[in-house]
Amino acid sequence: MKLECYPCKEGLYDPEFEHDACGVGFVAHLKGEQSHNIVALGLELLTNLEHRGAVGAEKNSGDGAGILTQIPDRFLRRVVKKSSNIDLPLFGEYGVGVVFVPREPDAYSETQSIVEQCIEELGQECLGWRKVPTENSSLGETVKGVEPIVKQVFIKKSDDIDTETFERKLFVIRKYIQSKVIASSVRGTDYFYMPSMSSKTISYKGQLITEQLPLYFPDLEEEDYESAIALVHSRFSTNTFPSWALAQPFRYIAHNGEINTLKGNINWMRARQSLLQSKLFTDDELDKIYPYLINEQKGSDSSVLDNVIELLTLAGRSLPHVMTMMIPEAWRDDEMSEDRKAFYEYHATFMEPWDGPASVAFTDGKVVGATLDRNGLRPSRYSLTKDNILVMASEQGALEFPSEDVVMKGRLQPGKMFLADLEQGRIIPDDEIKEQMATDHPYKEWVENQKINLDDLPLDHAIWQPNHETVKQRQKCYGYTVEDLKTVITPMANNAYEATGSMGNDASLAVLSHRSLTLYNYFHQLFAQVTNPPIDPIREESVMSLVSYIGSQGNLFQELDEERNFIKLSTPILDNEQMAKLKGISTFNFKAKSISILFEAEKTGEMRDALERVKQEASDAVKEGYEVIILSTRGVSDKLAPIPTLLATSAVHQHLIREGTRTSCGLVIESAEPREIHHFATLIGFGANAINPFLAFETIEDMRTQKLIREDLTHDEAISNYITAIGKGIFKIMSKMGISTIRSYTGAQIFEAVGLGDELIDAYFTGTPSRIGGIDIATLEKETMMCHSLAYPKQIVESSGLGVGGQYAYREKGENHLLSPENIFLLQQATKNNSYETFKRYTQTVDAVDENYITLRGLLDFRGQSPIDIDEVEPVETIMTRFATGAMSYGSISQEAHETLAIAMNSIGAKSNTGEGGENPNRFGTNKNSKIKQVASGRFGVTANYLVNAEELQIKLAQGAKPGEGGQLPGDKVDAIIGATRHSTPGVGLISPPPHHDIYSIEDLKQLIHDLKNANVNARINTKLVSEVGVGTIAAGVAKAYSDVILISGFDGGTGASPQTSIKHAGLPWELGLSETHQTLVKNGLRGRITLQTDGQLRSGRDIAIATLLGAEEWGIATSALIVEGCIMMRKCHLNTCPVGIATQDEALRAKYTGKPEHIVNFVRFLATELREIMAELGFKTINEMVGRVDRLKAKEGVQHWKAKHLHLDKLLYRMYVREEDSKYKTIEQDHGIESALDNALIETMREAIENKVVTKTELKVRNINRTVGTMLSAEMTRKHGEDGLPEDTIYINATGTGGQSFGAFVNSGITFEIEGDANDYFGKGLCGGKLILYPPANSTFEAYKTVILGNVAFYGATSGESYIYGMAGERFCVRNSGAKVVVSAIGDHGCEYMTGGRVVVLGEIGKNFGAGMSGGIAYIYDKDNLLSKRINQEMVDLDSVETDEDSNEVKEMIEKHIKYTGSKEASLILEDWEKSKAKFIKVMPRDYKRVLESKKEEK
Amino acid sequence: MGKVTGFKEYKRKNFTLAPVEERVKHYNEFTTPLSQDEMEEQGARCMDCGVPFCHSNYGCPVGNLIPQFNDQVYRGRWKDAFRTLMSTNNFPEFTGRVCPATCETACVLGMNETSVGIKNIEYSIIEKAYQEGWMIPLIPAVKTGKTVAVVGSGPAGLAVANQLNKAGHTVSVYEKESRIGGLVRYGIPNFKLDKQKVVQRRVDLMEEEGVRFILHANVGVTLPIGVLQDTYNAVIITTGAGNPRDLPIENRDAKGIHFAMEFLAQSNSRVEGETFDAEDEILATDKHVVVIGGGDTGSDCVGNSIRQGAKSVTQIELMPKSPDERTDEMPWPTYPRLFKLSTSQAEGSTTEFKMDFNVLSKSFIKDDEGKVTGINCVYIEWEGRGFSEIAGSEFVLKADLILLAMGFLGPLQDDVIKEISLETDERSNIKTTGFKTSVEGVFSAGDSRRGQSLVVWAIHEGRECAVEVDKYLTGKISMLNSKSKAHCEL
Repeated sequence: MKLECYPCKEGLYDPEFEHDACGVGFVAHLKGEQSHNIVALGLELLTNLEHRGAVGAEKNSGDGAGILTQIPDRFLRRVVKKSSNIDLPLFGEYGVGVVFVPREPDAYSETQSIVEQCIEELGQECLGWRKVPTENSSLGETVKGVEPIVKQVFIKKSDDIDTETFERKLFVIRKYIQSKVIASSVRGTDYFYMPSMSSKTISYKGQLITEQLPLYFPDLEEEDYESAIALVHSRFSTNTFPSWALAQPFRYIAHNGEINTLKGNINWMRARQSLLQSKLFTDDELDKIYPYLINEQKGSDSSVLDNVIELLTLAGRSLPHVMTMMIPEAWRDDEMSEDRKAFYEYHATFMEPWDGPASVAFTDGKVVGATLDRNGLRPSRYSLTKDNILVMASEQGALEFPSEDVVMKGRLQPGKMFLADLEQGRIIPDDEIKEQMATDHPYKEWVENQKINLDDLPLDHAIWQPNHETVKQRQKCYGYTVEDLKTVITPMANNAYEATGSMGNDASLAVLSHRSLTLYNYFHQLFAQVTNPPIDPIREESVMSLVSYIGSQGNLFQELDEERNFIKLSTPILDNEQMAKLKGISTFNFKAKSISILFEAEKTGEMRDALERVKQEASDAVKEGYEVIILSTRGVSDKLAPIPTLLATSAVHQHLIREGTRTSCGLVIESAEPREIHHFATLIGFGANAINPFLAFETIEDMRTQKLIREDLTHDEAISNYITAIGKGIFKIMSKMGISTIRSYTGAQIFEAVGLGDELIDAYFTGTPSRIGGIDIATLEKETMMCHSLAYPKQIVESSGLGVGGQYAYREKGENHLLSPENIFLLQQATKNNSYETFKRYTQTVDAVDENYITLRGLLDFRGQSPIDIDEVEPVETIMTRFATGAMSYGSISQEAHETLAIAMNSIGAKSNTGEGGENPNRFGTNKNSKIKQVASGRFGVTANYLVNAEELQIKLAQGAKPGEGGQLPGDKVDAIIGATRHSTPGVGLISPPPHHDIYSIEDLKQLIHDLKNANVNARINTKLVSEVGVGTIAAGVAKAYSDVILISGFDGGTGASPQTSIKHAGLPWELGLSETHQTLVKNGLRGRITLQTDGQLRSGRDIAIATLLGAEEWGIATSALIVEGCIMMRKCHLNTCPVGIATQDEALRAKYTGKPEHIVNFVRFLATELREIMAELGFKTINEMVGRVDRLKAKEGVQHWKAKHLHLDKLLYRMYVREEDSKYKTIEQDHGIESALDNALIETMREAIENKVVTKTELKVRNINRTVGTMLSAEMTRKHGEDGLPEDTIYINATGTGGQSFGAFVNSGITFEIEGDANDYFGKGLCGGKLILYPPANSTFEAYKTVILGNVAFYGATSGESYIYGMAGERFCVRNSGAKVVVSAIGDHGCEYMTGGRVVVLGEIGKNFGAGMSGGIAYIYDKDNLLSKRINQEMVDLDSVETDEDSNEVKEMIEKHIKYTGSKEASLILEDWEKSKAKFIKVMPRDYKRVLESKKEEK
Repeated sequence: MGKVTGFKEYKRKNFTLAPVEERVKHYNEFTTPLSQDEMEEQGARCMDCGVPFCHSNYGCPVGNLIPQFNDQVYRGRWKDAFRTLMSTNNFPEFTGRVCPATCETACVLGMNETSVGIKNIEYSIIEKAYQEGWMIPLIPAVKTGKTVAVVGSGPAGLAVANQLNKAGHTVSVYEKESRIGGLVRYGIPNFKLDKQKVVQRRVDLMEEEGVRFILHANVGVTLPIGVLQDTYNAVIITTGAGNPRDLPIENRDAKGIHFAMEFLAQSNSRVEGETFDAEDEILATDKHVVVIGGGDTGSDCVGNSIRQGAKSVTQIELMPKSPDERTDEMPWPTYPRLFKLSTSQAEGSTTEFKMDFNVLSKSFIKDDEGKVTGINCVYIEWEGRGFSEIAGSEFVLKADLILLAMGFLGPLQDDVIKEISLETDERSNIKTTGFKTSVEGVFSAGDSRRGQSLVVWAIHEGRECAVEVDKYLTGKISMLNSKSKAHCEL
C-alpha cells in the first residue's frame, strides 16, 4: 500500500486541524562544558517523558521524538573524515545541514545538486555530504513507509563574512533550497525537509518513540558526540500521520502547547511582508526567503512559531527579546516597572501575541532557556546540581539525582522566562533579563511621543439622534427583530450583561431558514477542547486585554520608526462621539479615509461590483498614506442598500493582506448592522480593528426615550453598559478558544462557516472552513434586498412593526423550530398513552416536512432499499441498551426528574448520566443509580465512592449549549441536599471553571483517563466532545489517549442555562462532527478501539438511523427525554420557575412534576422500534453492520429551497477506505496499562488492612513514571467500605523519590502517604478523606520552604482529607477544593481558585490572583512582610485578621500537625511566638460564605 | 414576558357579570371589566413560554402575538399592546367578547393552574384603544386602482375587505340584509355583542377608511354575480354556512318549529328597532320553548327566550353531558369539550328551565290547527358512535315554540354557487385552492369555504384570503400580514 508522506484532505478530514502537545525538556552544563554525558542525560530524560507522548494504531509507531544539540565538532570531524574524507574547518567556520531526502529514485542526486547550487549561489562552499547511519528495524510499518534518507551536508564559511553573517547565510540557503526543491520536478518532495542548517546547533529527529531515537541514530550514542546542551522533545499528536518533518525540536525551539491564534498570526506576518526592510539581509536575500517566510510546505503551529522566532532573531533581536515580544506576559500588573510596561506596550503596537498555551524551550547554542505563556498552563520544572548540570522538563524527577547533589529547584512561572547563559555560566533571573531589555531603548518616551489619545481630539459637530421612525426604518433595513431589541439589546443596556437562555437551539440553520438572516448567522464560533484549554475571563481577568492600537505597524525588523503614530483603544467599540472624532482626525498627519459600503439597490448583481470598488478604494487609500480606513454604511436610502458589513470587512482585510499592506492601516467599521455580541466578535475575528455600531446606539436611545429600558439610566450610562456587555461577551468568546488578548484575536478567523459557497469563501473569507458549500453572493444580495425592501417598500406594506424573530423562542410566524407545539404534544401523548401510532404521527412532524428544513439530516435520504424480514433484525431489547440520557445535573433539574431518568434507563439496560453535580450516595446500589457518572471541570461530588459506583465515567470536555465555557449554579438553587451532594455550602453559588484544571493538553487528558481507570478499572471511560471543525482529529488524539468511548455532541443540544450567544453561535451540528470523527478514526485505523456515541436534538428513529450510518453505535437523548417527562420548552431553566417541576428546585413547582419512568421507557422503545423498521427496509440485521455505512445515505433530491439548494453534502457522506484488518465499530479494548501500576502490589500488601482493618505500614520507592499512585488502592478499599473508608492511618505508606503525576488522586479516608522527596502535577487530585504528607529529603541542601517540591494543580477537586506540604507548590493550588485541610509553605499563582470549602494555610509566599472565584472555605496566609494582600483577588472574598479563638485554635492546630508530620523549621518559628505571628495572618473569607454562616448562627 | 414569577404570585381574576335577575331584564351587554391595574396584574401572569401553545394550532387561529401583548399590558404599554393586537386580528372587539378562547385552553399555565385571562386582556386592549381615540380610520396612502367585490358581510367578509383596503385596493361589500355584519349582526345576541356600540362602530370606521357597503344586494339571486365579475378585478365569496341542519321527523311541518337563526335574527333586529308583522313574528313570550341542540346557538336561543318572557325553556341534546374536567381523551392543550353552564343557561334560574341530555326527538306533535304542541322523545344510550333507544323511557315534551339549533351544513347552494357553477367539496362547501375557487377571479373564504366555524376562524380566513387576492391583483408577494410561514419574510 502506498502511504502518503503527509495525509491529504479527504472527506471531512483536513490535516490543517492537527494538534500536538508534548513532553519537552533540556539538559545543559551551566558553565558550557561539552560532554557526551549531557547528550546521554538528554536521551534519558526523553525516555522518561515517554508517557507524555503517544503511540498510534501500532505500538511501535510514535508521533515523533528528537534532540537538538550544539555542533559535536569532535565527533563530526572524525566521522566526516572517515566517511567522506572531508577535513572540516575550525569549529565555527563551517555549518552542518541535516537533510531528509525522499526515498524516490533519482531524488537524492537531484536534490543534492539543488542544495549544492544554492550554497554556491549564496557565496559559500559545499564541502560534501555524509549519509547519517540509521537503524530502522525497531520502527513500525506505517513509519517505515514514510521514512526518508537522512543526510548531512557540510558548508564552509566564506572568508569575507563573520560567523553571525554566516549563520544568516545558512538560513537564507535553507529557505532558498526549500523553495527550489518544491518548485523542482523532484519526485516525492513531500519527504524533503531540512531539520537544521547551522554552524551552532544540529538536530536529530524523526517519527519515533522516545526510546527509538538513539537506536535509530547510532551517532547519538558515540562517546565523542559532545555538547553542553541537549534540547529534547517527545510529541503527542492528535493525528496518527505525524510526519518526520514535524517531529521536534525545530531549529530554535521545542514547543509544548498550541498557538490558538495561528491563522491570524500567519495572516498578519504575511500582511507585514511589503513593509519589511533589514540592514542585515539584502533585498535579494529577502526575496529568497519570502516564499516560505513563516511556514514550511506543511507546518504545524510549532513549526510556524519556530520560523518566526528564527526570522526575527536573525534579523537582529536577541532570542530572549524575540520570545518576549511574541509571547508577552500580562503587563497590567501593578508590581511591574513602568519601563517594562512601556516595553510591552511599544511592541504591542506592531506585534500581536502568539496566544495560547505555550511552554517553549529554546536555544541558539549559547543560551538555553524556556518561557511560559501568560496563563502558565503548561508545567515546566527545573533543577540544578552541584556539578552544574541544569535540567528542565515538563516533569520533576525525569532525571534522578542524589538529593544531596541538588542545589536548586524551581518552576517556570506564568509569563516568565528561565534563561541560562552558558558563556556567562549563570542563570539570569527573569527580572534581570526583562529589565535589561526594557531599558535598552527609551520605550516609554517612544510610546508617549507616538500615541494619540482619541478622547483628546476635538469634535467638530454635535451627535445627532434620529427620530423614532427613522430608527425603525433603519432597523428594518438591517433585519432587526423584536427579539433583537428585547432579548439581545435590552439586558445589555440595562445591566451590562448579555441575556441567558436555556434548552439549546432547535431553530433552523441559517442556510436552511426561509427568512433573511444576517451573514453573521452563517458563522459558528470555534472553541478549545482537549488540545488547549479555554480560560476563565472573569476569574482570571488579569491576563485578559481588550486594548488595541490603530495605525500603521511599520517595519517589523526595525526597532524604532519615528514616522509612526497610533491610537490606543481600551475597547474595540467606538461610541458615536469617538467615531466622529476619528473621522475628523488630522493630528500628526494621521488621516482617516471613509469608504462607503453601499450598493445601488435597483441593479441586480450590483453587490459584487460594489465590493470590487470598495477594495480598490481601500488600496488607493493605503497608497495615499491613510492610517485608518473606515468602512461605512452611512447613507442608506431607497436607492442605496448596504453590503453585509462582515462581507465588506473581510473582503477588504483579505485584500490588503494579499497586497501585503494590511499592517499599514487600521480598519474601522461604522455600521448600522452589528448589534449582538456574536456580530462584533465575527467582525473582529475577520479583521476589524474597531467598530462603531451607530444604529445599536440609536436604538438604545430610542428605547430609552420610549421607556423600554431602565428609566433611571442616562444616555451615557445605557451606552456604556452596552459597550461593557460587548467587551465581556468578546472576552468570553475569545477565552473559549483560550485566547487572552483582542490583538491576537483580531483577524484570527476562529470560525467555521456553514452554508456559504466555496466561491464566496475563497474570495472574501479565505481560509475559513466551510465544508458543505452553500450560497453564493447573488443569494446574499437577495437576503440583503429582502430586508431593504421592507424598509423601503415599493408597494404597500401592512405591518409597521419589526419581525417577531422567533430565534430565541418559538413564535408563530417566526423561525422554524424542531420542536413545535404540535410535536411536543404528540410526543407526550404517545409516550404517556404508550401509543406507537401517535409516536409515528410525532416523528412525521420532526422528520423534515415539506421544504421546512431545520437540520442537515433533514437534507438526507436513505439509499438502496434491500428489505429483509423485520424478524431478522436484532431485537428492540438489545438496541435499547445503546441509549443513554444526556448529562443533566441534579441541581439543574429536580430530584424527581433526575431519578425518573435513572430508573427508566436502568430498567432497560440503558444508561442515565449524573451530569456534573455528583449524586446522592443513597442512590448507589439501587435502581436510581446513574450508570454514567460525569466528571466535569467543577468536580462536584467526585469522590472515590462516586467513581467506583459507575459503569461509565464521562469526562465532559465541552457541552453543546456552551462549549468552551464553565457554568454557574446560583446560590438559590443550592439547597441542603444539593449542597451536600456537591460538597458545598447551601445558599452559596457554585462556579465550574471553563477548563478542567488537569487538562490543558491532550497528554493531560491521557493522564486523567488513566486516573479514572485507576479509580474504577471496571468502568468505561467516555470523553465528551462537541462538534466543530477538526473534532475528528481531536477524537483521534482522544483515542490514542485511551478513551473507551467518544461522545460527539451537537452544538444545538444542551439543556443548561447558557449565554444566548453561545447557544446560538458556538459549535457545529453533530452530523458534521460525527462524520468527521468516524472518517478520521477509520483513516487512522483507530476506529475499532472506540465506541462512538452522538447526541444533540435526536428526535426520531430516522435521526438515530442517520447517526448510525454516519458512524455512531450509541446515542444520547436529553431534551426529548425531558419533553417526555413533561417539559414544554419554557426555556426558563435559568430562572428556577419551571412550571412543570423539572428544571427547578422550588418545592411548590416540583409538586407539579408528572413524569414517569414508563413514559421514558416507551420513548426509547419507540425510537428503537422505528429504527428497527428502517434497518429492515435497508437490509441491516444488526446495528454493528450498519455503523458507518454512509453509502446508504444520499443527499435529498429535488431540493427547491432557495438557500439549501446550494449545499453539497458529498464530504459529509464521504466513505473512508477501511483496511481489511481494521474494524469500523468497537471491537478492540484499549490497553490502559493498569498491570504495570505500583498499586497492584500495594493492594496485595494491604489486603489485610482492607479486609480486616488491620493497621499496616509499608515502604515504597516512587519515580515520575509511576503515575496515579494510590488511586487503585483507594478504589479497592472504597468498594468494601464506601464513603467512610477506614479509620485514620490504617493504611500507611512511606514513600521516597519523586511522585509521578496524580499522586494520591482520589485517596479515601484511612490511607496515608508520607513522601520524602517531591511530586509532580495533580497531587492529591480529588482527595476524599486520605492524608498526604510531603517533605524534602533529609539530606537536601536547598531551602525547602521556598523551593518548589510540588507541581501544579494540587488538590484539584478535593472533597475532604488533610495534607501537609513542606516546600513550595506550583500554580492553582487547591483549585476547586471543597473540603480538604491543607498546610503548605508557599504557592504559585491562582491559589484556591473556585474553592468552595476546606481550610488552606499558607505559611509563606502566594502568587497572583489568589482566591479568584472562591465562594467557600477559608484560607489563612502568613504575610510576614505585609506584601501579599494585593495578590489576592478580592472580587468575592474579604480579608480579615485572625481574631476569634476559634480561628486561632484552628490555624494553630493545623500548623502543629504540619510540624509534627513534616518537621518544618519555619513553621516552628511561627508557633514560637504565636501571639505575634497570629497578627500577621490574613484570613481570606468568601463574602457569600460568611453571609450564610452568619445567618446560620443567627438561626441557632 | 410579564413578570418572571407573576404566575406564582397572582391569581386569575375574571370580569364580573351582572346578576342574572338584573340582566335578563334587558338586551345589553352585562360584563364589567377589571380596572386597568388589575388587568396589568393579569398580564403579569403570562410566562412568556419558550413554546407558546396559546398561538399554536391548538390555540389562537389568527396567531395573536399573545405573550407579546401580555407583556406590554403588564408594563402598562397599552398603545404598544394595541398595535401588536391589531397586527394579527382585525376585530378584537368581536373576539374579545364572543370567542371561546382556544388560546386559553392551550395556555401552558392552564396545564396545572388557571390559564392567563387572554380574552379579557384582548377585550381590555381594544376597548382602551377606542376610549383613548387610538382607533382612527387608517386611510391607505396609495390606491392601486384595483377593485374588489366581497359578497357577504360576516366576519370573514369584513376581514378580507379590511385587509384588501389596507393594501390600497378599492373594496365594495355586498350584503343581502339591511345591516352589515352577517352572523355577528344577526346571530349573536346583542347582550353578548352589542350591535350598535360595537359592530356598527366598526362598520362606520371601515366606511371612513373607504370600504363601500351595498345593502339589500342578494348576489346570485337579485344581483347576478356576473355583473360583479365584469365590474371588479376580483370577487370574494364570504356568504357563510347558511344552510341549517334540519330535523325531518314526523310533523316537521307544524307551525312553531323554526331554525334558531330565524329566531335569533328577529330578536337582534328587534333590538335595533326593526318591527315584524305579527304573522311572521317568532316570539317566545308566554310560550313553552324547546331548544333542540346543546351548543352555543342553542344557548343564545335560551337567553333570548328568557328575556322575551318564555313560560318555560327546555334545552335538549342528543349527546351525553360533557365531563366537567379534562379527561385523557381531551388532554391539554387540545380544546376540551367540557360541560360549562353558559351565561344564558345560568339565567335559567329566573324561569322554569331544564336541560336534558341523551334525548332523541322521535316526532313532533301538532294540534288540529297545525300548531306544534310538543315532541315525542326517548332517552338513548351511546355505544361508541352509535346509540340505541332505552326501552320504556319515552316521554313527551310540551312545546309551543321549537327552535332547531343543530348546526349548519354548509353554504346555501342556490345563489352564487348555482349561478356560476362553483365546484364544491364533499361537504358542499365551496372548493378552493389557496382560496381560489374553480372560477378565475373568484375567491372564497370563511364558513362558505371551510364550513361552520368560529368568528375567529372567519377572521383568519378573511386575512389569509386577502394575501392571496393581493398577490393575484398585484402579481407580487403580498406585504399584508399573514399567519403563514411559507413566504419569505422577516
